[in-house]
Amino acid sequence: MQTTKKASLILDDGTVLPGKSFGYEKPVAGEVVFNTAMMGYPESLTDPSYSGQILVTTYPLIGNYGVPRREEENGLSRFYESEKIHVEALVISDYSFEYSHWNADKSLADWLKEEKIVGIYDIDTRELTKRLREHGSMKGKIVFEGGEDIDFIDPNLTNLVAKVSCKEVIRYGNGSKKVVLVDCGVKHNIIRCLLKRDVTVIRVPWDYDFNTLEFDGLFISNGPGDPDMCGITVEHIRQAMKGDKPIFGICMGNQLLSKAGGARTYKLKYGHRSHNQPVRKVGTNKCFITSQNHGFAVDNSTLGADWEPLFINMNDGTNEGIRHKSKPYFSAQFHPEAASGPTDTEFLFDEFVNML
Amino acid sequence: MNQAEIKKIKKVLLLGSGALKIGEAGEFDYSGSQALKALKEEGIETILINPNIATVQTSEGVADKIYFLPVTPYFVERVIQKENPDGILLAFGGQTALNCGVQLYQAGTLEKYNVQVLGTPVQAIMDTEDRELFVKKLDEIDVKTIKSEAVNSIEDAAKAAAELGYPVIIRAAYALGGLGSGFCDNEEELRIKAEKALSFSPQILVEKSLKGWKEIEYEVVRDRYDNCITVCNMENFDPLGIHTGESIVVAPSQTLTNSEYHKLRELAIRIIRHIGIVGECNVQYAFDPKSEDYRVIEVNARLSRSSALASKATGYPLAFVAAKLGLGYGLFDLKNSVTKETSAFFEPALDYIVCKIPRWDLGKFQGVDRELGSSMKSVGEVMAIGRTFEEAIQKGLRMIGQGMHGFVENKDLVIPDIDKALHEPTDKRIFVISKAMRAGYTVDQIHELTKIDCWFLQKLMNIVRTAQELEKTDLAQLEADKEAGRELMRRAKVQGFSDFQIARALWKEEMEDCHMHWVRRYRKSLGIVPVVKQIDTLAAEYPAQTNYLYLTYSGIANDVKYLGDKKSIVVLGSGAYRIGSSVEFDWCGVQALNTIRKEGYRSVMINYNPETVSTDYDMCDRLYFDELTFERVMDIIELENPHGVILSTGGQIPNNLATRLDEQHVNILGTTASSIDNAEDRHKFSSMLDSLGIDQPRWRELTSLADIYDFVKEVGYPVLVRPSYVLSGAAMNVCSNNTELEQFLQLAANVSKKHPVVVSEFIQHAKEIEMDAVARNGEILIYAISEHIEFAGVHSGDATIQFPPQKLYVETMRRIKKVAGQIAQALNISGPFNIQFLAKNNDIKVIECNLRASRSFPFVSKVLKINFIELATKVMMGLPVEKPGKNEFDLDYVGIKASQFSFSRLQKADPVLGVDMASTGEVGCIGLDTSEAILKAMLSVGYQIPQKNILLSTGSAKQKADMLEAAQLLYEKGYSLFATGGTHQFLTDNGIPAVKVYWPSESEHEPQALEMLHNKQIDLVVNIPKNLTQKELDNGYKIRRAAIDFNIPLITNARLASAFIQAFCSLNIDNIQIKSWDEYK
Repeated sequence: MQTTKKASLILDDGTVLPGKSFGYEKPVAGEVVFNTAMMGYPESLTDPSYSGQILVTTYPLIGNYGVPRREEENGLSRFYESEKIHVEALVISDYSFEYSHWNADKSLADWLKEEKIVGIYDIDTRELTKRLREHGSMKGKIVFEGGEDIDFIDPNLTNLVAKVSCKEVIRYGNGSKKVVLVDCGVKHNIIRCLLKRDVTVIRVPWDYDFNTLEFDGLFISNGPGDPDMCGITVEHIRQAMKGDKPIFGICMGNQLLSKAGGARTYKLKYGHRSHNQPVRKVGTNKCFITSQNHGFAVDNSTLGADWEPLFINMNDGTNEGIRHKSKPYFSAQFHPEAASGPTDTEFLFDEFVNML
Repeated sequence: MNQAEIKKIKKVLLLGSGALKIGEAGEFDYSGSQALKALKEEGIETILINPNIATVQTSEGVADKIYFLPVTPYFVERVIQKENPDGILLAFGGQTALNCGVQLYQAGTLEKYNVQVLGTPVQAIMDTEDRELFVKKLDEIDVKTIKSEAVNSIEDAAKAAAELGYPVIIRAAYALGGLGSGFCDNEEELRIKAEKALSFSPQILVEKSLKGWKEIEYEVVRDRYDNCITVCNMENFDPLGIHTGESIVVAPSQTLTNSEYHKLRELAIRIIRHIGIVGECNVQYAFDPKSEDYRVIEVNARLSRSSALASKATGYPLAFVAAKLGLGYGLFDLKNSVTKETSAFFEPALDYIVCKIPRWDLGKFQGVDRELGSSMKSVGEVMAIGRTFEEAIQKGLRMIGQGMHGFVENKDLVIPDIDKALHEPTDKRIFVISKAMRAGYTVDQIHELTKIDCWFLQKLMNIVRTAQELEKTDLAQLEADKEAGRELMRRAKVQGFSDFQIARALWKEEMEDCHMHWVRRYRKSLGIVPVVKQIDTLAAEYPAQTNYLYLTYSGIANDVKYLGDKKSIVVLGSGAYRIGSSVEFDWCGVQALNTIRKEGYRSVMINYNPETVSTDYDMCDRLYFDELTFERVMDIIELENPHGVILSTGGQIPNNLATRLDEQHVNILGTTASSIDNAEDRHKFSSMLDSLGIDQPRWRELTSLADIYDFVKEVGYPVLVRPSYVLSGAAMNVCSNNTELEQFLQLAANVSKKHPVVVSEFIQHAKEIEMDAVARNGEILIYAISEHIEFAGVHSGDATIQFPPQKLYVETMRRIKKVAGQIAQALNISGPFNIQFLAKNNDIKVIECNLRASRSFPFVSKVLKINFIELATKVMMGLPVEKPGKNEFDLDYVGIKASQFSFSRLQKADPVLGVDMASTGEVGCIGLDTSEAILKAMLSVGYQIPQKNILLSTGSAKQKADMLEAAQLLYEKGYSLFATGGTHQFLTDNGIPAVKVYWPSESEHEPQALEMLHNKQIDLVVNIPKNLTQKELDNGYKIRRAAIDFNIPLITNARLASAFIQAFCSLNIDNIQIKSWDEYK
């Protein structure tokens, strides 16, 4: 049995949950959110949408299969969703100090330490989740026994998109169609899904004026935090909407496209973070299980006259996507690229590419 | 189908699965009950055919009409003729119902009577059942299957195997639970197994073996709008090569990455869409442990054991939803039945791990092959829930109830060759791993030998490390350094250690019960107590009002609030199904829960068997899916603080807790713990009978062979010998002479001062009689006396039982009633009880008395139409009850309870009945007379009316004489009789023509009995063992085993054989009346 340092998760309502460290040891603060997925921790940890957040997994057994090698293919990570871990910290119940998998390179703990990310275990993550559900997402911090304290931070007050977006234009692939990808914190699997479909991807920073470029379609990526921070991106999208080129957005992309179309967004009490969110395509009997990771949502009632909801969440009725009534613009609040999560809606990439 | 079409279905027939057997057990009572509930909610009239009278689904009010008839095309057609249903459900009664449905469809019966198959179309079922069609179907969508060839002869099988390359696996098509399948390393093995498999099915499959690959399952649901979900995935702890029913299984999968999980999930959905399932199916994969390569093993287009497990593991009611989808609903029309707000179209997120462990009873069988392989031998299973793997598996190992306390701190297992035992798995495999770890084997070494994924082994190693740490711990230090003590205790508890295990690790051989109590006090003083968590399908994402609970040490807070109003009553369940305790106790438990609710109390169930209805969270106000150990029951009682606890409806497991719960001042409802002890303790009970002047077979507890001989001199042979410590084989035996006695005691038992042996006089040719009754304050309120068809010597759980008795003297009945009355008074019984008697002439002797419900309670309750458990529960709750004004003398019909045996799955076991129970299930059928009832019952447990040839070897002179009348009848009916030497002589002497056949030991002569069996020239075998001499046993064994292996009906008891022969000779099958339960008045 490993000897581990004691560490506590402290919530801004005063709750103190004592646990033990298995990652890097430094005090951290962020927004505490929970995810109910049962697998896919390497993908989640590297998802830029988690920037600024302390991630709680409700599934108690974590670390079982270690983490894969760092390998690149076409300038993209092969097994991860970005170049680094984006969560501020990981909070779990039971850590597997030993792992087993043919594709594993090292343990989760070693990876966290390498990337200087905090991980604590032996937390009643179910009880913690219930509190987050009742109070809504909370600010939290992790401090170590005998270590320094740190102030609470509300990451939604900072521009997280600017923090995680690429800093310069990057081109991928050599497909017959050109898609500009606005990087608000894009997951690599989105780029992989596009490249698979004979597309050249031009990845641009979040505030880059892509209207100066030549392209066949516009893609707006996922990303962390509050969409209201991305006014400049919304302006660029509005500009693009003066033409008729197809636009597709995912997650933050759904929110920014909605805002460009005149709708408003709001913060959900505790967000959707899981692999099992059911959505229904509006006006049909078609239902899909989706992977989601968002804290903000589009207010259906504020959609402009030219717009309509495309998908609706079957659990709470929130917006899961929009489409333009006459133009080839649509978006999904969930993650059709999955990774991690179910792959049922990957066909949306086909629909987008077919429009080009 | 739209809503209007759904409305058009007014009457639906559901096929049950019949008697519990290996591979098809209580899970189908659960799925059938759920389906009936779903139909009822729609206002649809329901008809159920299921001869299994002990099930919950065949209880009053579950279906509108219940037929206790065989689930065979013949009887189902006759019920369809009579009832004229609009629709039929085939997916809820296991392979039995599915096969029957396919036959009805192929014969055009369903079309003829215009009965619509609801849910998955029959063509889709056939596409999954016929291997060739199946492979073709999956090839169409580029899904990989195991390379396999369907062949119809042994020669073709050998050719196919040579092409594929050994090792190969052989399977019989259309067979339940992998019946007739096995691995072959060479051609010799292949020929043996192919022949056997061909006897079960005209088609067999030869496949390349993928031994060592991971085995993963997905439960998939699809509605008619093509919406699909996977409700749960499961990973086998044991790699491919061991039948999934024989494997330890965890849910969700633990060693799959996101990409692997979703690759298989996506395939499962592609498959279910292409096959066209409407409802639920299960997809099994073999998965390469070193890449993402996979093969689909099979698809079950019906509810299965795995789907029952998945339902309990996730809280998602698969059978209920499947039934609704069969009616035409979309998943989006239905609600999540746990949250009641969110949609049923979702995939459960678990925040715990479940671990299923099979329960074997191989020790009950003589000669059985203990090695695990591709065919199923386990008789039941348990499901344990925890928040660490260590916690779940240790809980589970206690739940299987074979004297184990978890993964460690068990009595030492003697394993001569650990390497071999790891490499060739038996029912003891998990404990061999424990032993190997203690012997210094590394995880990698064990992985090499077992191919079990290292992750599981690493976790098991954690348990061993903690055990070793506890063993090194100084008690004084625990008291002194509370902080270190807390750390260690908490870790042990989080890893699922019981107080008992901790105490044993601390005190080792010196450990006593009081040390366990010390551990409990010590850890409680440090605040180490379990917390109660809900199973809510969404990992706490949405609020849920669910009452589905488990306990864990990985947590700081309870999910539920305790009112402490003393308005709840806890019912203890019956645990894993096993030989001797099965669905009948589930029925009892459910009846108790229903009564408690009806009377305005909150009902609380503790049970851990995923194959039951009592663990359906709809059935009670709170369900603790957890252990029935003293420790856990006390944990729950301390939290729940109930009005009282009912022990007497769950069989022997709860009964055994009586004294210890009483010591803790738990309010045991009904008969007191001291009375229970007075009945259970052989000495106390015996002296009570003596003081009441009630006769019993003479017995003595002895500690030396010399003493045993002295006793035998007094009572004479044969004697029944019951050792208190069993080395191997059966726990008790009848011995007829000194040689047998010595042999048994040397081989099977250890006689010493520490391990005494109970020897009783064995009365031959005596009738065995049961009394099931309910008493209040010592006064009998209701009773049912039933008689065994077989003479005493066949275990009461294996015997064929007739109620009301048709051949008992009135005088005998009167005496039994009187004696039972005296016992009830002496023990001041309040609640259910059962007494077994021997009767010879008019003398009666008491064999045993159980102060709890017995196996036959549902049978007598349903035949008499008085719910004994409802009455007993009211008595135990102290409510006023009227003495029912009806008794068994008022009945104009007869009930027969017949036993189901699963010998075909227990390779090499001798299919002979004895004093130890061997049956895995039972049916109960009602008829106008004994013959009609017995014929229905025997056909229900798989016997067929023979066509032409019958092989007789009828045992001793007395037994031969007993069978004479039956043989005469057979001859008159035009049957051709074949008989071995002695029997042939006897028949000839009595003027009954028969063809003489030869025993295997007379190999130089023709015709050979064995050969005739091989050639399928015999339709029924009556083989009655004469005595226990080696030659007799060997000859008879070969015949009996061949009958089983070639799927030829076999009877080994003269009285049962006579009764069956009498029945089918006197009654034509077409004259059997098709009457529903309610029509017997």
